[in-house]
Amino acid sequence: MKLTQGKINELLSESACEHNHKKDHQGKHKSCKQQAQPGAAQGGCAFDGAMIALVPIADAAHLVHGPIACAGNSWGSRGSLSSGPTIHKMGFTTDLNENDVIFGGEKRLYKAILEIHQRYQPAAIFVYSTCVTALIGDDLNAVCQKAAEKTETPVIPVHSPGFVGSKNLGNRLGGEALLEYVVGTREPEVTTPYDINLIGEYNIAGELWNVLPLFKQLGIRVLAQITGDGRYHDIACAHRAKLNVMICSKALINMARKMEERYGIPYIEESFYGVEDMNHCLRNIAKTIGDQDLQQRVEQLIAAEMDQLNQALVPYRQRLKGKRIVLYTGGVKSWSIISAAKDLGMEVCATSTKKSTEEDKARIRSLLGKDGIMMEKGNAQELLRVIDQTKADMLIAGGRNQYTALKARIPFLDINQERHHPYAGYQGLIEMARELDEALYSPVWQQVRQLAPWEVS
Amino acid sequence: MATITTPTKSVAVNPLKQSQPLGAAIAFLGLKGVMPLFHGSQGCTAFAKVVLVRHFREAIPLATTAMTEVSTILGGEDNVGAAILTLVEKAQPEIIGLCTTGLTETRGDDMERILKSFREEHPELNHLPIVSVATPDFKGALQDGYAAAVESIVSTLPTITATITAKSSIEPSPNQVVILVSAAFGPGDVQEIKEIVSAFGLSPIVIPDLSLSLDGHLGDTYSAVTAGGTTLEQLQSVGNSVFTIALGDSMRRAAEILQKQLGIPYEVFPHLTGLRAVDEFLQALMDLSGLSVPQPYLHQRRQLQDAMLDTHFFFGRKRVALALEPDLLATITQWLLSMGAEIHAAVTTTKSPLLQTLPIETVVIGDLEDFEQLAVGADLLIGNSNVAPIARRLNIPLYRLGFPVFDRLGNGQKCTVGYRGTTQLLFEVGNLFLEQEESHGPTISSAPQHSNSQKA
Repeated sequence: MKLTQGKINELLSESACEHNHKKDHQGKHKSCKQQAQPGAAQGGCAFDGAMIALVPIADAAHLVHGPIACAGNSWGSRGSLSSGPTIHKMGFTTDLNENDVIFGGEKRLYKAILEIHQRYQPAAIFVYSTCVTALIGDDLNAVCQKAAEKTETPVIPVHSPGFVGSKNLGNRLGGEALLEYVVGTREPEVTTPYDINLIGEYNIAGELWNVLPLFKQLGIRVLAQITGDGRYHDIACAHRAKLNVMICSKALINMARKMEERYGIPYIEESFYGVEDMNHCLRNIAKTIGDQDLQQRVEQLIAAEMDQLNQALVPYRQRLKGKRIVLYTGGVKSWSIISAAKDLGMEVCATSTKKSTEEDKARIRSLLGKDGIMMEKGNAQELLRVIDQTKADMLIAGGRNQYTALKARIPFLDINQERHHPYAGYQGLIEMARELDEALYSPVWQQVRQLAPWEVS
Repeated sequence: MATITTPTKSVAVNPLKQSQPLGAAIAFLGLKGVMPLFHGSQGCTAFAKVVLVRHFREAIPLATTAMTEVSTILGGEDNVGAAILTLVEKAQPEIIGLCTTGLTETRGDDMERILKSFREEHPELNHLPIVSVATPDFKGALQDGYAAAVESIVSTLPTITATITAKSSIEPSPNQVVILVSAAFGPGDVQEIKEIVSAFGLSPIVIPDLSLSLDGHLGDTYSAVTAGGTTLEQLQSVGNSVFTIALGDSMRRAAEILQKQLGIPYEVFPHLTGLRAVDEFLQALMDLSGLSVPQPYLHQRRQLQDAMLDTHFFFGRKRVALALEPDLLATITQWLLSMGAEIHAAVTTTKSPLLQTLPIETVVIGDLEDFEQLAVGADLLIGNSNVAPIARRLNIPLYRLGFPVFDRLGNGQKCTVGYRGTTQLLFEVGNLFLEQEESHGPTISSAPQHSNSQKA
């Protein structure tokens, strides 16, 4: 795959993405074509996004072709867990020096790939281009191809210079690399009528492990995990699945759509957060691929899980009931977490809709009720103002807003990828309830708001 | 005299090194009201911000010029200007610390010219100091970027601001000293250093002063820029100082700049950990102030000596493997040797004249893959949080030091300098040795060489 402007435009105007369906069916949604604003932008780059999408492939080596900043400041920090190999947690980089920048980094890259192969024998090597190596014009494809022939190991070029766009675009660039070089290159040993792929689930804090046992119990086989706790060989076989299940993210929607085109695999979009969504997910999978028997098993499982869950949640529901929260997160999570919060009897008084599609927004409106505030844009100050105005009890947001909340003495729950607790599935909801309860009822809040005795008049 | 080696390989595996802009950002964050700004793509800033937040557990001001494909081709001038204007409107910084990155250094943005034309177009912002520093990602490491930022700060701010306040009469301050603090010191160290220097009746201007910005304290209001640190006013009055104390060898050049530009004499203290290092520092403060050492420090010195006696049983002959940046590596090396321990391996990130002078055999400029091989057979590892998986694999205890440390609390207040800090460090490291001896017993701890020879 060559990274051309045409390719980027194609990914930005991905037809299956709701962002690109305005009422008049024309043009791109502004949030996709909007460029990062100098001085205001806060997000990651395309390289970051490509790494987020692919690094969870646990038996592959991920080699960053660039200067030290790209890998040196970030390696090992992603929360995607593996049940087996951990080579994805290692940081590999060509660590370009000034000479390489002047004379080109292709030779160093070629040797780097060979050295990784020789010392670590990974199932595959993903090679990421960065701003500097794109700028000096290193021919990533040629080097990867030559190295693949030499090592007899898949070496996959990922064209992801940070300057081409946002994290979201980077996710799709990662997806493109899988489509182009990985999916369909191997055949599974056996197939079943109940084979599915999970796409866009990264196994943050081991979330997937809350859900996989349910599939197993139902007789649904997950053929490829794309990419949470994923294995290269499984993803190479992904084209033999009967259904693609997109989880909680539009990020890899290009994969789902193109796999439908190329291999005739239908896809559904689901979420693992909250009771309603989890039930919906299982029922929808059963409906799409299953027979009567599977659907019946799903209903039995849901009934049993609900029973257990309702019992486990009794004490939490009492304590969480009526607590008011402000939600600040992106995309699908802006409604899927509302639904989880409602399951617990909590009231969401405001949520961000910065990265939400029209479809997301419609769902948010129905979930929030008429008094709910939808924040179109925001920064730390705006967030604090809304919390103050709505008299919210806590903030649920990504890690980077943690200290905004804590410094304002407001309880906080981390919902994004750096967190350490799995919230997916039925078990995840209990975990979430426990965390919410702990945050809200910690004895520190009263103490950090308290004046010193000599300040009290 | 140490031999410096660099392994010949094409791939860095599990890097120890971090980029120059990250180091520059840390230095800038020690100024009050600052907004560090990376001239690069948005990811450069996002990655640096994440690692800073994880280490300090604080909200970190850090902005980006958000270079895109188009601006990379056409030049980043407009992005720099737009970013500054947006920051002025949204964050009201008192100082902007502008750092280049690999991207903009590769395309060759001429920062001096860009800032000059920005100044011409926006005279209304003449009051706003913009400190520019060249920090290409493809050269040097965190410590170098940090030092480069401090050099830019001392070479621009005292003179810029001196012209602004030229009319106010400059009074010589016989007690005022400048203290330049290298990347080897954290906020807790800076706090202790300030206390010690102040105890001698001296009034220190600390550059940069992380003890007021990243120490972790609960403020009253939200601030988009650093709420504390070295103030512009302090930087303006640097010229009135009688002496510069440079802490850490990498601060030497910044001290030279102050001597050249403002005629302030200086002395470099490479270390502030260990009895002799602290003794020498206090002796210098005595000479400078004309006062004798305050009573509390005499007592702390006795406490340190006592702690050395109590702990020396556990340090003697222990083999320690270090993965640290040059300044910190040198400090910990001399301190461990002074306790009777041995340096089993020393891995660092970047060149420094200091390295050759270390009384050990070799220093490797390398990564954590090199470190993992060299550390086999050591009794203790000292390095950042990325060393933790290695410690588990090798089953050797780890003392976390350096940057980033994201799996331990309290980095904003950790102190390893002065008599008190050294004593604390002795106990913390000594406890690791003690725990190891208790759990393994003395016979097993002498066994590894035996089992090695069996394998061979």
